Amino acid sequence: MRNRILALILILALAALPTITQELGEASLLALATRILIYGMAAASLNFILGYGGMVSFGHAAFFGIGAYVVGILASHHASGEPLFGIVPGTDQMLLTLPLAVLVAGLFAAAIGALSLRTGGVQFIMITLAFAQMLFFLFVSLKAYGGEDGIIIRRTNALPGLNMRDKATFYYVVLAITVLFFYGLRRLTQSSFGTVISGIRQNERRMAAVGIPAYRYKLYAFVLSGMGAGLAGALMANFLRFASPDMMHWTKSGELMIMVILGGVGTLFGPFLGAAAFLILETFLAAWSEHWPFALGLILLVVVLGTRGGLAALVQRITALVRRGVK
Amino acid sequence: MRKKLILAAAGIAALMSGTAMAQDPLKIGMITTLSGPAGYLGQDIRDGMLLAIEMEGGKLGGVPVELVVEDDGLKPGNGRQIAEKFMGDAGMKLLTGIVFSNVAGATVPDIVNNDAIYISPNAGPSNLAGAECHPNYFVVSWQNDALHEAAGAAAKKLGFKKAFVLAPNYQAGKDAINGFKRTFGGEIVGEIYTQLDQTDFASEMAQIRAADPEVVFQFHPGGLGIAFLKQYAQAGLTGQIPMVLSEPSTDAVVLNAVGEGAVGIFATAHWNRDFENDANLEFVNAWDKKFGRPITYYASQGYDTAKLIASALAKTGGVDDLDKFREAVRAADFKSVRGDFKFGNNQHPVHDWYLLDIVAGPDGKPVAVTKDKLLEDYGDAYADQCKM
Amino acid sequence: MILVLEQLLNGLQYGVMLFLLAAGLTLIFGIMGVINLAHGSLYMVGAYAGTFVAAETGSFWLGLPAALGAAALTGLAIEALVIRKLYQRDHLDQVLATFALILMFNQLIVMLFGRSPVFTLLPAAFEGSVEILPGLYYPPYRLLIIGAGLLVAVGLYFLINRTRIGMLVRAGSTNRDMVRALGVDIRLLYTVVFGLGALLAGLAGYMAGPILAVQVGMGEQILLATFVVVVIGGVGSIRGAFVAGIGLGVIDTCLRAFLPGMLRTVMPASEADALGVGISSMGIYLLMALVLLIRPKGLFAAGS
Repeated sequence: MRNRILALILILALAALPTITQELGEASLLALATRILIYGMAAASLNFILGYGGMVSFGHAAFFGIGAYVVGILASHHASGEPLFGIVPGTDQMLLTLPLAVLVAGLFAAAIGALSLRTGGVQFIMITLAFAQMLFFLFVSLKAYGGEDGIIIRRTNALPGLNMRDKATFYYVVLAITVLFFYGLRRLTQSSFGTVISGIRQNERRMAAVGIPAYRYKLYAFVLSGMGAGLAGALMANFLRFASPDMMHWTKSGELMIMVILGGVGTLFGPFLGAAAFLILETFLAAWSEHWPFALGLILLVVVLGTRGGLAALVQRITALVRRGVK
Repeated sequence: MRKKLILAAAGIAALMSGTAMAQDPLKIGMITTLSGPAGYLGQDIRDGMLLAIEMEGGKLGGVPVELVVEDDGLKPGNGRQIAEKFMGDAGMKLLTGIVFSNVAGATVPDIVNNDAIYISPNAGPSNLAGAECHPNYFVVSWQNDALHEAAGAAAKKLGFKKAFVLAPNYQAGKDAINGFKRTFGGEIVGEIYTQLDQTDFASEMAQIRAADPEVVFQFHPGGLGIAFLKQYAQAGLTGQIPMVLSEPSTDAVVLNAVGEGAVGIFATAHWNRDFENDANLEFVNAWDKKFGRPITYYASQGYDTAKLIASALAKTGGVDDLDKFREAVRAADFKSVRGDFKFGNNQHPVHDWYLLDIVAGPDGKPVAVTKDKLLEDYGDAYADQCKM
Repeated sequence: MILVLEQLLNGLQYGVMLFLLAAGLTLIFGIMGVINLAHGSLYMVGAYAGTFVAAETGSFWLGLPAALGAAALTGLAIEALVIRKLYQRDHLDQVLATFALILMFNQLIVMLFGRSPVFTLLPAAFEGSVEILPGLYYPPYRLLIIGAGLLVAVGLYFLINRTRIGMLVRAGSTNRDMVRALGVDIRLLYTVVFGLGALLAGLAGYMAGPILAVQVGMGEQILLATFVVVVIGGVGSIRGAFVAGIGLGVIDTCLRAFLPGMLRTVMPASEADALGVGISSMGIYLLMALVLLIRPKGLFAAGS
């Protein structure tokens, strides 16, 4: 019950954000909040396999980038009027592009996951990285879609009845999708499927012994996670009105991982906290000093040495202290 | 370590005397790349602009200005975030500074559609130069392809007939080779696309030697280019097969890092330290007095951008009337350190390109010496597609 | 024929470079169970410290001890201040902490040496190129790198197989807990291993200076290839790092050099070039994926 009230308060606060930032005269905070929600979804997707499933994917930016490119490629064909591969017409309708981005990202995740999941541990980290790097090089050499320079998307995808050029409207769309995403993720982790995935992380052999085909379950989880990252990527392409290969570079995969670890591995809310902390730090430190990477590194180091279980654990500890204090 | 990047270059004197300023300084937003291997590019552009502002006592064109600088970390998303902040929160109408084409791709369209002016001191990607050109978008530096067209023209003028070309396997690399071919016109006896993050070129050196061309053209920006030139010299090719380079491969920092191995190379440029026009003499003097480090063409572009803004502000007094300001910028009524300068119809520069010799300076370090004019009043290949 | 020979030498030189970095990384990984992303930073520290001393003194050889010393000391400091607190922690915490170290080291270098790439000295005796076989010209400095790398490989072989420390290292990479249970001062062993790994990284960085560019972020450029070598070779195996390093170096170089030409004999030139470049730039990743699909633990996995 308490959690539900808290969630409601949080959603209301987030819904009031455009008005608040407007009043404060800090409209760019809205853009920051949009980015946090989008990256939060990508990080939470990664966390589903990393935290719950124990599969450390170091190539998750690939699915993020694919989601973005689906939006970008469809938009460029819509603008030029030439169908993709001569048959698929381009589109700028978000109701089409988002599901397509999720689908395509899921297909890639299925292929990559099917191969990668034959390994485990460090080898799994590196093989997912390898596939992501191959995709990165592929998109870098795609001249038709701008190569290294990326594709500029002339207009944010349209939703019937909404003015998507308005930044607050776009924020609300992202917020609505985030809330749905979060709800779905929560259901998923609490479902029997989620329990199996956690069980496989804790002891794969035992799960196999009770007759659960671990490989297949892991693959399902990997595909779902890739689809989540693809959704986030598609939204990011809409937000930036731009897609480029650096969205799938290994450093971006690393950043997603950092967000998850910083926020709290295997927690529902951690990745959003981690994304928020990372992006806020980056934004404000960069405005503060040209040597901001040093400060960012120092803060991350202190956090990792000083807290166990990331920010989510820290928040939990503080609320526990407060509660004890109240009593 | 500088505590704050927000340099209140303007009106320091006024603050010290304790009098409130009648007019808040005009804020100019600078989104640039300061971290990572390419950090020196953004640093020099920034310092070039700051120098111009300082030389006018915190003003440009008589208007007190404040340059607000932020590092995009070479991430398109961050560039976009900073632009939102500059325009949305600080209400800035005039932005500049982006070093790389991919950051520009994510950031510039949003700026110019938001009724703000963007003046590029470096990147001039083809996707913004042609059909996507915009009245609010100006490029002071060059269109990316023109850099390499100059190198092709140089190879042709030097009388070479057989060329071996190399560039990294990405869009800018392919554009470079196409640009070179467009003006070279001779035979290409070898064409290699190197890997994006490749730092060892020994394999390519062997292939160049085997193909025995009359001239080599290669485009590898920053650290990769330094590695290429060092290895070219170590392979003993420098004296044997001449090399013609486009501007990014021979900036002063690259030459300094490569050392004597760079002597003997043919370089091409739109600006060089030894230009003898008054504007350049003043710039070079001021730079040497203030900074101990080599002066790059990036710095000259930052300086030119500031001077262009100054010329427009001198006419309009501010950016409140955007149409008037845009008009004033388009007139390009300033003395560029590169000599003649005007805007083409796509608001990219029309200017001259030069052939430079890299010779040994008095201390043995390589120095670029201007030799010849290659292309006169040269624009770019995309201007025709711009309907403005 | 000459060309093939030259490319093999090039591959060998790139390979020993990868080996120098991978040797330290694979030990740290295999024995201490630590994923050290900051290994590339040690490479950078070695390059900058050595280059600085060389430029000040005008002697390439004086730069060498400075590079080794600076990298080793930095490594020891990292181990004592950060890594030691993370041995019992999750791999992921190590990833975050060493990522933070990368950010800090890169910016420290900017603060100390500025943003511009720095000039590196080449030892006078090794300038230019010499004719080692009729028609085969080769830069002697690259031969020096190959020699140094092979020497280190031999040295490590003796260290690992003939000394007490080496015995502990071997035991540690096979069964860490057992070594600890036997009452060995595992902490000292860890410090020694980390210091040694840092030293080798510093050596690689300084040696690479004259052929590459000494600049901020140079460590991350080679970090991925190093990890690929470690994983292909098998985590914890010096022998694996050597075989995989040399193998990867030679294959990568030869793919780049000969693949487009070979493809051109069976298809049109432009398509052959595009395909050839595509395959060779994905080369090391393709290779790693293939190796792992066939041998999921790498070629010479310790304890298998």
